Amino acid sequence: MSHSSTIKLGLISLALLAFVLFPWVFANPTYTTIAVFTLIYMTSTTAWNGFAGYSGYIPLGHAAFFGSGAYAFAVIAANNHLGAGYGLFALIPVAGLIAGLLAIPVGLVALRTRRHTFVVITIAIFFLFQLVATNLGITGGSSGLQVVSPNWPGATYNDPFYYVALALLILAVAASWTIRRSRFGLQLLAIRDDEARARGLGVRVGRVKLTAFVVSAIPIGMVGALYAYFVGQVFPQFVFDPLFDLSIALMAFFGGLGTIWGPLLGGLLLEPLQQYLTFSFSVGDLYLIIYGIIFLAVILLMPRGIVPSVSDRLTNRRSGRDRASPPGQAPAGGDGDVRAGLVPNPGAGT
Amino acid sequence: MTALIEVDSVSKAFGGLQALNLCSLTVEAGTVTGLIGPNGSGKTTLFNVMTGYEQVRQGAVRFKGNPITNSTPDRVFKLGIGRTFQLTRIFPRLTAMENMLIATQHREGWLGSVFRTVASLGPERERAMALLEFVGIAGLANEAAGTLSYGQRKLLELAYVLVADPDVLLLDEPAGGVNPSLINHLAEKIRELNAQGKTFLVVEHNMEFVMGICDSLTVMHQGSAIVTGTPAEVRAHPQVLDAYLGGADENEDD
Repeated sequence: MSHSSTIKLGLISLALLAFVLFPWVFANPTYTTIAVFTLIYMTSTTAWNGFAGYSGYIPLGHAAFFGSGAYAFAVIAANNHLGAGYGLFALIPVAGLIAGLLAIPVGLVALRTRRHTFVVITIAIFFLFQLVATNLGITGGSSGLQVVSPNWPGATYNDPFYYVALALLILAVAASWTIRRSRFGLQLLAIRDDEARARGLGVRVGRVKLTAFVVSAIPIGMVGALYAYFVGQVFPQFVFDPLFDLSIALMAFFGGLGTIWGPLLGGLLLEPLQQYLTFSFSVGDLYLIIYGIIFLAVILLMPRGIVPSVSDRLTNRRSGRDRASPPGQAPAGGDGDVRAGLVPNPGAGT
Repeated sequence: MTALIEVDSVSKAFGGLQALNLCSLTVEAGTVTGLIGPNGSGKTTLFNVMTGYEQVRQGAVRFKGNPITNSTPDRVFKLGIGRTFQLTRIFPRLTAMENMLIATQHREGWLGSVFRTVASLGPERERAMALLEFVGIAGLANEAAGTLSYGQRKLLELAYVLVADPDVLLLDEPAGGVNPSLINHLAEKIRELNAQGKTFLVVEHNMEFVMGICDSLTVMHQGSAIVTGTPAEVRAHPQVLDAYLGGADENEDD
């Protein structure tokens, strides 16, 4: 147990170090721009997975919260004539909070439904948000809003955005990890497996689902605000983008829905790919074709995503080695728990 | 003897089908009561009404003298009525131990449940392990429940209902589809729990099993309880012979 957790801790530290050093090693603004978008998507898919992966409900309308965060940031900054600078980052938590508050009525309505109906309802609500943003005066309508940009030097302009995005990613992962280990997380997993039965055993399913839904909206609202500041303008069709939801869902599926590392891996692989394709072929929608191919490949080859498939293989190999030891001796303690959680359970975190 | 559960003239219709028709039933505290009847006679519907899964417009259900008619499953469970299902309903992707711990979650606070880990459920885990040992599947505690055999799932479902320490257990066909040695094991466990003071209401088609464990039997026919008595009385009752025991459809599954 201590051995494998030491390795895991070492890997996490190394990965974190790599993320921290990235802007120094790849100082070219083209790379750091891609990196900021990658972090935004990794954060979004992690937060989304914290609800969808654990509860089994698949919402495809979280772009509503991304856009709400972006608009909250742009509107507050413009109406209060706030100057650009580091201080403006302080608005990001406010934008997250607003997205979270908006998620309460959305969740109350959408979570009355299940399965396919839930998916459709969340998409419909998302389009309501987009429609409102396009037609409201405060949002600037279809011409959008401009956001003040700081006059930082071009060579390192992206760096503050990068580190704030990294901080938001760490926050989202910490939240996902906390939920996965918590009793609340156990209740969510019970809802995923059999909601009516969980209710019959005293789990307050309505409250649990709504809480997870709102918690998943907050980091997405925050990265929406960061996006607004980074890009410098907010248009309804860009921040309320249905492709945002397809992307974060695909990233989570690709890496492993319901795991902690799966969405991170999915975002880390797919978002740079998308950015690279857009940059190098200057065809904005080429990535959609690639996404379609990846989607098919995932369904055919690894229906549960990379992380569960790979860890299954590792575990099988390990248990093959263990077969030499006497049968019936279940490994005691934490390691046993982790393995039992891994083998047959696609939803278990690793 | 005091009545633990009283069902008073409950009626329930699904469209034109009268599933329950002025059905009344009393479960005395400390007994094992059997509920038998042909397929479609309303046994499972009655369970659903008692445990809040179905709502009724007519009739009343009381638990310890308090009305629980049209309550919700979680409230009924918290009051002390545990229930298993005809087709076992376990949480397949969670381990057997995690299945056990879910029934402890009704005591969790809202914020507390987010910030307290599953790993810190010490006493609950010990108790859950003791119950898994009691039903005989402690060795499978860390296996995903979905990998258990049908009989093991029945035992797991019984065990995780016991976690919350209910006063009464409603078992819907506990012996259905289970091999004979496991049926004996189950009967033994029910007797042991009954000796510890647990009350049971058991729906079952296996007559040998029912006659072996029940103090009292109620026979349902077309949505009504037609006869109540000791197993011997019920076995000899002409109406029962006519409606059920002599019937040709007794071995069919519904």
